[in-house]
Order: sequence, then C-alpha cells, then structure tokens
Amino acid sequence: MDRVKTMRVLIIEDDVEAANYLTKALKESGHVPDHASDGEQGYTLASSEDYDVLVVDRMLPKRDGLSVIEALRTEGCETPVLILSALGEVDDRVTGLRAGGDDYLTKPYAFSELLARVEALVRRRIPGQTDMVYKVGPLTLDRLSHSVKRDGENILLQPREFRLLEYLMKNANQVVTRTMLLENVWDYHFDPQTNVIDVHISRLRGKIDKDFDGALLQTIRGAGYMIKAGNMD
Amino acid sequence: MSTFGKLIRTTAFKLSIIYLVIFSLFAVGMISYIAYSTQSILGKSLNESITREVTGLGRIYQQGGVRRLANEIERKSRHPGASLYLLLDFSGRILAGNVAELENGALDIEGAARRPIKYKRYGDSEQKYYRAVVNVFDLPGGFRVLVGRDISERDHFREVIGDSLVWSAVVIIVLALISWVFVARRVLSRIDEVTLASKRIMEGQFSERLPVSGSGDEFDRLAEGLNTMLARIETLMHGLKEVSDNIAHDLKTPLTRMRNRIEAALAQEPSSENDRKVLESAIEETDGLIRTFDALLRIARVEAKATHLTFSKIDAGAIVQDLAELYEALAEDGGASLVYDIEKSLDIKGNRELIGQAISNLTDNAIKYASENSGGGESIVKDGAKVNLSASRQGDRIQIIVADNGPGIPIEDREHVLQRFVRLEKSRSKPGSGLGLSLVNAVAGLHDATLALENNQPGLRVVLSFPVWNDDDVLNSGAND
Repeated sequence: MDRVKTMRVLIIEDDVEAANYLTKALKESGHVPDHASDGEQGYTLASSEDYDVLVVDRMLPKRDGLSVIEALRTEGCETPVLILSALGEVDDRVTGLRAGGDDYLTKPYAFSELLARVEALVRRRIPGQTDMVYKVGPLTLDRLSHSVKRDGENILLQPREFRLLEYLMKNANQVVTRTMLLENVWDYHFDPQTNVIDVHISRLRGKIDKDFDGALLQTIRGAGYMIKAGNMD
Repeated sequence: MSTFGKLIRTTAFKLSIIYLVIFSLFAVGMISYIAYSTQSILGKSLNESITREVTGLGRIYQQGGVRRLANEIERKSRHPGASLYLLLDFSGRILAGNVAELENGALDIEGAARRPIKYKRYGDSEQKYYRAVVNVFDLPGGFRVLVGRDISERDHFREVIGDSLVWSAVVIIVLALISWVFVARRVLSRIDEVTLASKRIMEGQFSERLPVSGSGDEFDRLAEGLNTMLARIETLMHGLKEVSDNIAHDLKTPLTRMRNRIEAALAQEPSSENDRKVLESAIEETDGLIRTFDALLRIARVEAKATHLTFSKIDAGAIVQDLAELYEALAEDGGASLVYDIEKSLDIKGNRELIGQAISNLTDNAIKYASENSGGGESIVKDGAKVNLSASRQGDRIQIIVADNGPGIPIEDREHVLQRFVRLEKSRSKPGSGLGLSLVNAVAGLHDATLALENNQPGLRVVLSFPVWNDDDVLNSGAND
C-alpha cells in the first residue's frame, strides 16, 4: 500500500491564475499536470490522452463542466473525476455526482484537500483494494472479523472508531482531511462549527498509539491526518 | 372563519348598515312630515267648514226662527254622508238631527271641541261608535246646536300613511340586505382570489401574478399596480440571486488563492517557529472567513426556498442519533454529559444534509454553553453540565429537542438571536460567527417546521417541530431515485 507515486492530472479550469497555481503545486508534489482552459479543449484532451484523474470546474466557457463529464462517461471513459465548484451546495454535489463525477470539492479549497481527494480517487482504481485485511506497520485491521491488533495485541474499538480507522488505513500514507472523514465515516457533508472530528481522532489515538512505541496516526497541520508506518523505522 | 363571519366583517357590510340607517331616517322624516302637514291641512279645512255651517245655521235662525232652523237641519241630515247635526231645546229635548248617541259631556262643550268625540249615528244598522270633530253653540231662546264632521276618513288616511311607512322601511331593509350580500360576495370573491395568489407568491412562486378580471374596476387597477410591483421585485430578486452566485464564484476564487499561497509558504518549512505560527493562524483566519461566507450563502439559498434542493423521506431520529454519536465525545471532553432519547421511525419530508447541519449547530451551541455553566476554571470537575437530545412523535408532528443547562437566553433576546450576526454580549468571548441559529431558523422555515427557544430551567431548550411524513407528500423531481 504505497503512496500514489506519479499521477497524470488534467485540470479543466477557466480561471488562469487558479489553474497555474494548481499546475505548479501538483508539479511540486511530484505529479504531471495538464491544463485545458475551456470545456471543448478539456473534452478533446480527456478523450484522446490517458489521465489518472480529471479535475473539472463546473462553470466553464464553451462547454459546461457537467456536460463534459456526461459525454466522457457515455463514451465509456472511466477516469475518476473531481468536480470543482464555487456553488458548493449539497444538491450541487448530488447533481455533480449523478452526472458521473466521483468526488466534489467546493471553492475555495485548500490545496492539501484537493491533493488528498485526488490521491484517494486514484488509489480506488489500483487493483488489490478489496483486501480483507489492512496493514500499517505493526497495526492490522481485519474487515471481516472486525478485529484490530497492534503487535499481536487485541485493541477494542467502538463501531464508529472502527470505521474511522478502516478509512484511515484504506488511505494509509496519504493525507485524509477532516471533511473527507465526516463524509466517509459519518456520511454528512456539512461543515461542523468546531473540531468535532479531532476529538474522535484523539480517542482513536489513545487506543492504537498511546500504549505503544511510535505514533502511527499523525496530524498534518493545516491539512488533516495520516496513518503511516514510516516513523517506526 | 365561516363564510357568514367573513361577510359580516366586510367593508361592504359596514357601508350597507350606514346607508340603511341614513336612508331609513330620511324616509321616516319625509313620510312623517308629509303625514303631519296633510293632517293639519285636513284638520284646518274641517274646522273651517264647520265654522261656515255654524255661521249659516245661525243666520237661518235669526231670519226664520227655530222652526226654520229645525227644517233646515232635518233637510241637511237626510243627505247621504252628511255632517252631524243636533238641535236641542232648553230642556235638552232633541228637536232635530241625525245623532243617535253622544259621548258623555259632549254637549257641555262651548264652541269648537279640542279633541274628537265619539258618537252613534241615527239609523246606522251597525250601531257602532264613530269619531267626529264637533262645534257646539247656543242660540237665543235656550236652544243648543251641535255641528260636527266625521273624521273616520281622516283616520283612514292616517292609517294608510302609517302602513306605507312600515312597508317602505321593510322594502329599504330588504334592498339593503340584498345589495350588501351581492356586493360583499363579489368583493370577497375578488379578495379571495388575490389572497390565494399572494399566498402562492409568498411560498416562493415569484412568477405568479394577481388575477385581473379585465373589467377595469378598482380591483383591476389595484391588481395591475401590485403586479407591476411584483414584476419589479422578481427582477430584483433574480438580480440578487445572480449577484450572490457571482459573489460565490468571484470572491471565493481569490480567497482560494490566498489560502493556497499561505499553505504553500507553510509547506516550504518556514525559517522560524514564529513564522510558522503566523502562517498557521493566517490559515485559520482564512478558514474562518470562508466558513462565515459559506454559511451566509447557505442561509440566503435556503431562505430563497431554492427549488433545486432535493427533499426525500428521511428518518429524523436517525439524524439525531448520528449527530448525538458524533458530538458525544466532544461533550465529554468539554466536561458535559450528552444524553439522548430517540424514538423509532420518525419519518419526515426533508433534506438530510440541511437538517443534519441544523442539529449540528444546535448541539454545538448546547455543548458550548452547558460547559460554561459548570463554572470556574478547567480544574473544576464539570460533572453538572448536561446536554439532552431527543426526538419523538407528538401527534402529527415530529419533535426534535436540543437542551442544555447553561445560562440560557433571556426572553427579550430570543427573537433577536435568530437574526444574522447577532451574538449576545456573554457569548462574545466564544468562537462562532453568530450565524448558527440563523441557519437553523432558515432550515426550519424551509421544512415548514416551527422553531421555539424555551427556558430549560436552567438553560436553553430548542424545540424543532416538523410535520410528520405523509404518504401523499409529493417529492420534487429526482429526490428519491
């Protein structure tokens, strides 16, 4: 379960400055971004080249973002799509996902949030993700028996804590943001006013890290959390 | 309100009553005046004719003595429909005349009688009393003469006038009632149409217009005026919506850049710990700004009853359960105990995300304020702080209650705190934008739910009451596929 190495990303975005920034930031993170500045150009590029992931703005000149996605999906293109939108209402998310998008992000987004989501989308396609047992260093999670062990020692988790750890371990070595956790573990998309997720993380940390050597669950400042075995070595 | 109750309250009814009273007074006055003057003219002419006859009879007596007078009276008495005559000698014996019987004391009158007297006519088969105006006078030689005129004709005339007064009053009242019902019903039906149309407009159908009948009456003019106003409002609202969508797009994009630049600077390992702290707090501030902005836009969209929001059959209890589990840990960390009591299958028609956000805001507030109540610094065990969540069915409503035992909200501030950016003085020190309750209020409005802020003695008790799911509820397109 290594970290996603290099991704080919197509950014379809009309705002030149935002696109330039995104291109630069993705390059710095070791990925290979392409940029299309309108819907037509984006559609042509996406259907001719082979990308790992598409980042599509909803409001585009010449051709609307959703219609680009719909056209690609009709042609059998299965490349994961992250939709960007300034609208960001719950039902925009629903229509976006229904049109064939895989994830949805509201502007303004933190780059770390975008990167985390894009990486999660790409990982989903990597074969072998249907593992029944997740392993991060000394920590193992068995999805069938719902048991968690560290150094062979059983750890008792509440059902919700189990799902939280499951999601973190599924995306091991990658940053997972608070919104991603709320969406995937609690299935809500609203914005909590306080650090309600942090409290759950610190409880989980108390169970899987506290009595052992080396912290697996790390806080990434300004971004989110990551479960990673690297610090053990 | 019953149809009759509505009719009674109409302006047309009040106007009809006023017209009725004024017109009746006028009619009564008019008829009374006619009756009075006719009576007085008739009375005068009666008296005059009696006086003339008295003078005539007096002259006959002077010229021909009592025999001639008696003959003259006999002659006159025999005329059909004649006046009354009576001639007596000094002993009271009747010498001539056509009066069979007189009211007692009638002959003691001197001159013209002040009031009509009763009499019986000689030879009248019915033998009943009639009324007459009389004049009694003495002649030299002890003779006494009575001359009178029957007034039953005048009395009959008076009756006719009285009857016509009553009948005209009846006709006036009936006409007023008919015109009132007619006018009021016509006016009411127009008003009802306008009320229905404006209700639909208030529910968010801004393209709806008030009905215009085409008759060009005052209602049409009113409706046309209001329709012009509605068209203007619709244009403005449309503009406002566009502006807010544009703000979302145009202002949030530069905000993205700003946050991302700070993030990039933070990623490049700042040279000093101080720089790192400054950058981190800058990110926090930006996030706060973005959050406030999002909340504002969300409230605006919910309040505009945006038609694109999807509603489906959802279990309110399940949402409360989810949120209770989400916030339980936060409450415990804040030293408060979160207790919940949720009934099964509490289906309502709603938007899960918005209701989730609303309950989240309420729970967040409740934990914040409950923890404050348990007083003192961090060292004190705050085992007294309590937050209660409950969801239950009350008749045809689904009630969600979020209660805390914090300081509560004084009655005079309860309306106030639902407005945007309002934060009570006591809560200024706590984090928050002052938009939390405004959003809850907007979400409640969108769901036809009522929002009540009550006293939890002590603390605040927020009661959200939703209409229960009804199988006849129509879901808007694509909500439950």
